[in-house]
Amino acid sequence: MDRPIAEARGLFGFLVVPPTAWLIAFFLAPLGIVWAYSFGENISLTKIVVDGSLDAYAHALQPLYLGIIGKSLAFAVLTTLLCLCIGFPVAVAMAFAKPRTKAWLLLLVMLPFWTNLLIRTYALMAVLRTEGYVNLTLGWGWRSLSAVTRLVGLRMPVFHPLVLLHTDAAVVLGLVYVQLPFMILPLYAALDRLDRSLIEASLDLGASQIGAFARVVAPMAAPGIISGIVLTLIPSVGAYLTPDLLGGPSSLMIANVIERQFRSADDWPFGAALSFLLMYLTLVCVAAQSLAARRRTAPAR
Amino acid sequence: MRRRSLLAGLGAAAAGLSFSGLAGCTGGEDAKAGGEAARLNLYNWDTYIGATTLADFRAATGIAVKMSLFATDDELFARLAAGNPGFDVIVPSNAYVSRLRISDLLEPLDLAKIPNRINILPKFQNPDFDPGRRYSMPYTWLVLGIGYRKSKVDGVPDSWKWVMDSDRYRGRIGVFSEADDMIELGAKYLGYSARNIPREVIDRVAAMYIRQKPNIKIFHHDEGQDLLLAGEVDIVMEYNGDIAQVMAEDPDLDFVTPREGSLIDSDCLCIPKGAPRPDNAHRFINYVLGAQAGAEIARTIRYPTPNGAALALMPSDYRENPVIFPPPAALARCEYAAFEGLERARLYDETMTRIFVA
Repeated sequence: MDRPIAEARGLFGFLVVPPTAWLIAFFLAPLGIVWAYSFGENISLTKIVVDGSLDAYAHALQPLYLGIIGKSLAFAVLTTLLCLCIGFPVAVAMAFAKPRTKAWLLLLVMLPFWTNLLIRTYALMAVLRTEGYVNLTLGWGWRSLSAVTRLVGLRMPVFHPLVLLHTDAAVVLGLVYVQLPFMILPLYAALDRLDRSLIEASLDLGASQIGAFARVVAPMAAPGIISGIVLTLIPSVGAYLTPDLLGGPSSLMIANVIERQFRSADDWPFGAALSFLLMYLTLVCVAAQSLAARRRTAPAR
Repeated sequence: MRRRSLLAGLGAAAAGLSFSGLAGCTGGEDAKAGGEAARLNLYNWDTYIGATTLADFRAATGIAVKMSLFATDDELFARLAAGNPGFDVIVPSNAYVSRLRISDLLEPLDLAKIPNRINILPKFQNPDFDPGRRYSMPYTWLVLGIGYRKSKVDGVPDSWKWVMDSDRYRGRIGVFSEADDMIELGAKYLGYSARNIPREVIDRVAAMYIRQKPNIKIFHHDEGQDLLLAGEVDIVMEYNGDIAQVMAEDPDLDFVTPREGSLIDSDCLCIPKGAPRPDNAHRFINYVLGAQAGAEIARTIRYPTPNGAALALMPSDYRENPVIFPPPAALARCEYAAFEGLERARLYDETMTRIFVA
């Protein structure tokens, strides 16, 4: 670090301008426009006046829509919990694997990203359909089994395909499938950095396997757990494609309602208000996370 | 196939695709004798044109047509409301002809440039959504009804009851998710007109659907024909043309227009405001309304044609197909779907949300 600080600052400024400009032009400005819409009113099919009206928010805060937001949150929390339960063992296995195996496992986790979300969701539909792969396999197994039981004179009832697609369970399954890598990767990153000698020390000092996990591994992996939760929870609340394609008659999530406001219902201010209710919720979550992170690091100083 | 499910899901992506497709067409035009470059941008539904129509049109006029696709009327409306990106001819449904008209997004047609309009059957000459055909020419018409798997239902399910108000086909029923279609068809079933539905009837329709929900497998986005073909449902609300297309793949499928009456839609050819080549657009519309061109389109897409001269050229397996042309008794109780203003659209949307949440 013998380079003058002023020069480093110049370089920093040079490097930071393009991403900042990009962020402002393509993220903050459009977001600002939608935010402004949320305080507007439709005066005709195509014209919106932004007059500071809070009607859209009043409309969005009705029990009907709060209920849908609540349901979306419930879906998202369930998804996040499942991702955490499934993702943690996977992340542990990856972190403690041999370097070569580790690279392969990492590749397997990343692989789904190379396929479009829509294609993956359609694939899941092909698996879950009434005449999908799950039911075809089960039906084949059932028929084989009943052929065997018939030999001993037992008649089994006819196989009825399971209803798997177009249910709430299918939505949660789809969300877990899509969000799992976002849970595994931060967990893995946190666990991989973990100082192994601390685990060995705790085991040497008499902690059980579970004790070492609960009192040494989990606290040190906490930043990864929290990032994983945030990365899984927030996109799940706003999921649109998954409930739309896999959901049943009651699987409506808030993003589906928002979509309709921008299309068939032509109520952009209302759609914008609903979107920003989600955004405010997200900001609260992120603020809580950074607050928690600060509290964790504070005593160390 | 019209309104393909994959495309509906890809809505935004499809819009992006057609955007980039157009970019090459709007700039750098070389002037031609008629003052317009020999190009045309058509914005159409997917697989909604004759196999050779665009090539034939080019051979006849020298005008090259670049076709972009949309998956829903909403998508079309949103694109045009944001400013016409260079389309010369669009194909909205009648309700959206009204929406576009109200929003001043349509160019009036120069009827003198469309002599082939005499081919249009009399009953399509003067529809109430566009009196005198000042802004739109009919391209197809379609009727909503019930598609079903013959081996899985009893007889012909010729009443809306079987999808709206009965548990006989529990767990095998598919209905629309579109709010206006659902409320209006519900009103038809209860014996009311699809227009100016009284508030208490809307509430009755909502209550009926909420009662029916445990029996409904899925509220679909116009991919009923795919659900039926895949065996996901056995009885489903859908457009006749969509079912006619899958019937060619699976002879166990059929379609009926319920006896309570239904909604008729008509997809129309229009010229949007700001069309860069209105002369070519008129020539294209006139060409499509010709007998041969109309027949070529009907042969491919199997939707009912409002073009009398084209119809006369069609074989009897089209003209006398009861799916494509429902019997007059059923048609007599059908009405055009109509756009009745933003307030209504929102009331229907919120009613549908209530149904979904219940």
